[in-house]
Amino acid sequence: MRTPPGIGPADFATAIGQFEQAVGRQWVFTSDEDVDLYRDAFSPFIGEPEERVASAAVAPDTVEQVQAIVRIANQYRVPLYPVSTGRNLGYGGSAPAYSGSVVVDLKRMNRVLEVDEDNAYALVEPGVSYFDLYRYIQERGLRVWIDVPDPGWGSPIGNALDRGGGYTRGQFRNHFDAHCGMEIVLPNGELLRTGMGALPGAKTWQQYKSGFGPWVDGLFSQSNFGIVTKMGFWLMPEPEAYFRGSVHAGKREDLHQLVKTLNFVENSGITNGMPDMGSPLLGIQTIEEFARSMEAGQGPAPEAELLALRDRAEAGDSAPLEAYGERKGLPYWTLRLKFYGPAKAILAQWDYVKGKFSVIPGVKFEDGEPVRLPLSEQQRERVHYPEFGIPSLNMFSIGARSRDNPNPTHGHMWFSPIIPRTAAAIFEANRVFAAAAREFNLPALRFSLPSCYWERAFIFIFAFPVTTDPATNLKNRTAFQRLIEIGAQQGWGEYRTAPAFQDAIMNTYSFNNHALRRFHETLKDAVDPNGILSAGRYGIWPKHLRKS
Amino acid sequence: MTRRRAAVVVSSLAVALLPAGRALRAADPSPSSTGPTGPAWTAATVVPAPGQPAGYLQYRKMCAVCHGRGPDKPGTRALNAKYEGKVSALLEERKDLTVDFVKFTVRHGVSVMPPFRKTELSDADLDAIAGYLARKRR
Repeated sequence: MRTPPGIGPADFATAIGQFEQAVGRQWVFTSDEDVDLYRDAFSPFIGEPEERVASAAVAPDTVEQVQAIVRIANQYRVPLYPVSTGRNLGYGGSAPAYSGSVVVDLKRMNRVLEVDEDNAYALVEPGVSYFDLYRYIQERGLRVWIDVPDPGWGSPIGNALDRGGGYTRGQFRNHFDAHCGMEIVLPNGELLRTGMGALPGAKTWQQYKSGFGPWVDGLFSQSNFGIVTKMGFWLMPEPEAYFRGSVHAGKREDLHQLVKTLNFVENSGITNGMPDMGSPLLGIQTIEEFARSMEAGQGPAPEAELLALRDRAEAGDSAPLEAYGERKGLPYWTLRLKFYGPAKAILAQWDYVKGKFSVIPGVKFEDGEPVRLPLSEQQRERVHYPEFGIPSLNMFSIGARSRDNPNPTHGHMWFSPIIPRTAAAIFEANRVFAAAAREFNLPALRFSLPSCYWERAFIFIFAFPVTTDPATNLKNRTAFQRLIEIGAQQGWGEYRTAPAFQDAIMNTYSFNNHALRRFHETLKDAVDPNGILSAGRYGIWPKHLRKS
Repeated sequence: MTRRRAAVVVSSLAVALLPAGRALRAADPSPSSTGPTGPAWTAATVVPAPGQPAGYLQYRKMCAVCHGRGPDKPGTRALNAKYEGKVSALLEERKDLTVDFVKFTVRHGVSVMPPFRKTELSDADLDAIAGYLARKRR
């Protein structure tokens, strides 16, 4: 049996025995064979001594069992690391941030406790996956949608606590923002409910978010101050129709007005789906086109002249390329806007949006067809799933074997800085990251476009492959680390990362001599004096493990 | 060169910096979604019915979202690229799978498919799935 650091084998064996009493012997895992299932399959340290691994795992089925585990851990100073479904691959998976922790695997707590159609909310446990919640709703014929991230096997709770995102209407895409009410087992084993849930017998736990007094919910996301055992989410009433319209602009400099108008129509709520940008001229697919191309292929290769022009375009900037696009009618920029609502209303909204974008000289529009909802089963196989709240694993083709990728990767990690919602920031980020790519002798970075998961800010998302070759992984980790620093120097911070980089990123949020991290540490010491819970998660270490 | 062709080069060099969601090329189209064993669209609920072989329901729940029929199944796509039609990309059509092979793969993972923990997929359910995929057929 493996033993966590700082605990004698006898004490650990006693603690394990008590865990077994709490949850049943078959739900405590200590053999190498079983514990290895908790390794992060996408760890950038995979197979190296620095890979963060568990010592054991314990899988409770009830809140009371979670409380019992936490109390036992306090008694013996056992480090714990809770996971929901353990599927945030690329962001840590089911492995702990502090090697030797006992994973508290919440997958068995997989009950959908309530879905209210009239008030459009759900209350779930952490082991519920997006597939589970979707099927629950479909089986009952409820006319509400969930907002899903790309991988459907994740947990709505786990994803929201990691501050993940999705693809439908703005107010639901930010999964943490869309939550309403939490239940938490604190590091001392006490049970806490937030928002209206603090009122015994509350009738509106999932209807009014903030309750009374300080709104503490945010403290339990990207942190280690408690184990969330229930969480409510606002759902989207199934709209009558969906519509997609596209805006095409021909000149590089048009991006300034394109983003400015996008911000106006989105911040005004006139377009309410996730905007999706691409560049036909530069060969940058929209996310939807990318998802579709994984199945359908890329189609014929562009003309040699275009390929050569792209190769010569520094940071996507090239007068001859622009001239080629104008000659061939190939847009420099394409912006796809999505609308959910009554069919007549969203067509009128699109009409208004077209008027606003018409300030761009030569702008062209492409009307879609309104899609009446609900989708038929046949339609459900042909749409970009997440825009319709349908969970899938389609995006797991990234890095997988394909005709053009005969050597599949082992996984990936995401470098994902948040940048301002301006064209100037897009151009500047491309210039900065292209220079960084040269510094690290990475293959030249062609122009990239950010994504619009979040309202108000852009996010760039770059994938680094994880391989089985330690030298390659070291090189990628070094570049990743440097990109974090380069981004921070520009004022661009990461939104989320795997444990391997959480300290590095927390270090960049250093305003006033790391006041934010020091505040986290003050809280940590107060609510978890023994430092048993998720040591190191998001750069928050308990006192006994803090360096200097 | 297009962006996505650049990315293919990048990944074969195994040193990559590629925009997520925009980069890698597609595998072959997967087989038709209308199979003999019921609705296959991605997140459909599968209900028990008479005549279903043992392990079928567990397979559909745990494996078919990646390895089933129809579009957008990454496992089926990857096996299409691997076998190029010489061997079926659909696990349910394979006649050479053994119980031990299925169990080993599920518990160890392969490429971007991660291992499955026992809380997600119990030994009993894995036995059923392995038995279903390795069942004797004419």
